[in-house]
Amino acid sequence: MMEQTVGIVSYGAYVPRYRITPQEIGQVWGTDGAAMGKGLNVVRKSVPSPDEDTITISTEALRIALTRGRINPHDIGAIYVGSESHPYAVKPTATVVAQAVGATPYLTAADFEFACKAGTAAIQTCMGMVASRMITYGVAIGADTSQGAPGDALEYSASAGGAALVIGRENLIAEINATESFTTDTPDFWRREGQRYPSHGGRFTGEPAYFRHVGECGRRMMELAQTEPKDYQHVVFHQPNGKFPQRIGKSLGFSEAQMKYGLVTPWIGNTYSGAALIGLANVLDHAKGGDRVLVVGYGSGAGSDAFDVTVTDRIESYDRNHGRQVQEFLDGGVPLSYAMYAKYRGKIHLGGS
Amino acid sequence: MTVARFWRETPRRYNLGGNRCSACTTVYFPPRAVCPTCQKHRQSLGKMEPFTLSGDGEVFSFTLVHEAAEGFEMQVPYVLALIKTPEGPLLTGQIVDISLEEVHIGMRVRAAFRKLREDGRAGVIHYGYKFSPARENGGREAVASPVSQEALARAAARAQGTART
Repeated sequence: MMEQTVGIVSYGAYVPRYRITPQEIGQVWGTDGAAMGKGLNVVRKSVPSPDEDTITISTEALRIALTRGRINPHDIGAIYVGSESHPYAVKPTATVVAQAVGATPYLTAADFEFACKAGTAAIQTCMGMVASRMITYGVAIGADTSQGAPGDALEYSASAGGAALVIGRENLIAEINATESFTTDTPDFWRREGQRYPSHGGRFTGEPAYFRHVGECGRRMMELAQTEPKDYQHVVFHQPNGKFPQRIGKSLGFSEAQMKYGLVTPWIGNTYSGAALIGLANVLDHAKGGDRVLVVGYGSGAGSDAFDVTVTDRIESYDRNHGRQVQEFLDGGVPLSYAMYAKYRGKIHLGGS
Repeated sequence: MTVARFWRETPRRYNLGGNRCSACTTVYFPPRAVCPTCQKHRQSLGKMEPFTLSGDGEVFSFTLVHEAAEGFEMQVPYVLALIKTPEGPLLTGQIVDISLEEVHIGMRVRAAFRKLREDGRAGVIHYGYKFSPARENGGREAVASPVSQEALARAAARAQGTART
């Protein structure tokens, strides 16, 4: 348990406008897209516009968070952006985001990378800095515009989106009671320097990777917090597809009702570093004061970060209606053909470019 | 565009940073060194103060671009508009996240943060403001201080008879 109370002061999420269905992708590659979508429990996935990337998504999410929480950007002491699709190999995403929200120059900023859990790692870093009173507010962002290789199974789920959390000591809408991590060297998914698309170990990404890490981390978090699944109103897991979180949730003893708001991937796809954070944002959009939330992120390579969270009564007066709530992103979107999707995602090789 | 030139323009491109004449309160975007509205321009010397636009606005006029500027080829056709801000300045910007048939004069918009262009595959990526539709209760569209008709009328009155951006 934390000696100094820290938690979430504000939050915001952003998902690009366009959507594509597994059926649309499948018909190009001669596969049964509908069956693929059903197997993954993905109805559609988001697609970024040609002028959107991890930096623009992070900025939009954080601007919503700062406005909702009425936070002075100059009170932010740290911004960490977790992503595996930073636009630059060398030059931080976080500095652009910091400048774009007016938080510069007196803050520290850095980019985090740990496959899909870089955003939750950023939360833990902010918690430590806030609790030790190094800073007043820390910003943790998880955002991605990841891609799967054309025709690969990943292409049916890899999408774009992100969320930003402002971590602080006062005016909390949710207290983070405790956090725990579970980390091993497990090569289930990777992308080598210079490679455009990631590689993965197929079925190896399941049992020894996602299920072991999320399961062990979630169980240990509940041991440390002295809680059981029935003590939580909501649970959020990392969600590379819609099936994995349902399966791990069931095996840990959670019901579908507890997973209802935390599961967003079926309607927007796998937003990688953004996935668990957008799920948490959706929970906070619907939560009541006193609700308890278990969050378990996962990143390939591999590791899990878990958080035991209690929503405070302040959520009732918090301006969560400002800006789009997550449900609007889940319901909305403009459908794209595969041709337009390929154009927007740069999958078409243009001569000379 | 050189790296140094874009870097100098970062405050206005990222955050709509303009300035305001402290003598007559006229707002300028991009910022000006002196206020051309004041009868004696020298009165404003040293009195131009930084002022950040809210990001709210209304479509004053627009056009559909079919022959793209360099770097915008992937977005054709796209909407380029003049945006009337409640603070006074008239801005030029692209409207994104909208179907072409939905654009109309008087439509409320809100500044969005987007990628503007890239200096080739190895060069710097330039970011800045574009605009997206504003709705009563949504997204970045839901704004803390929506554009009121009164604010627009005041801005129009201030703008009359002055030649400024």
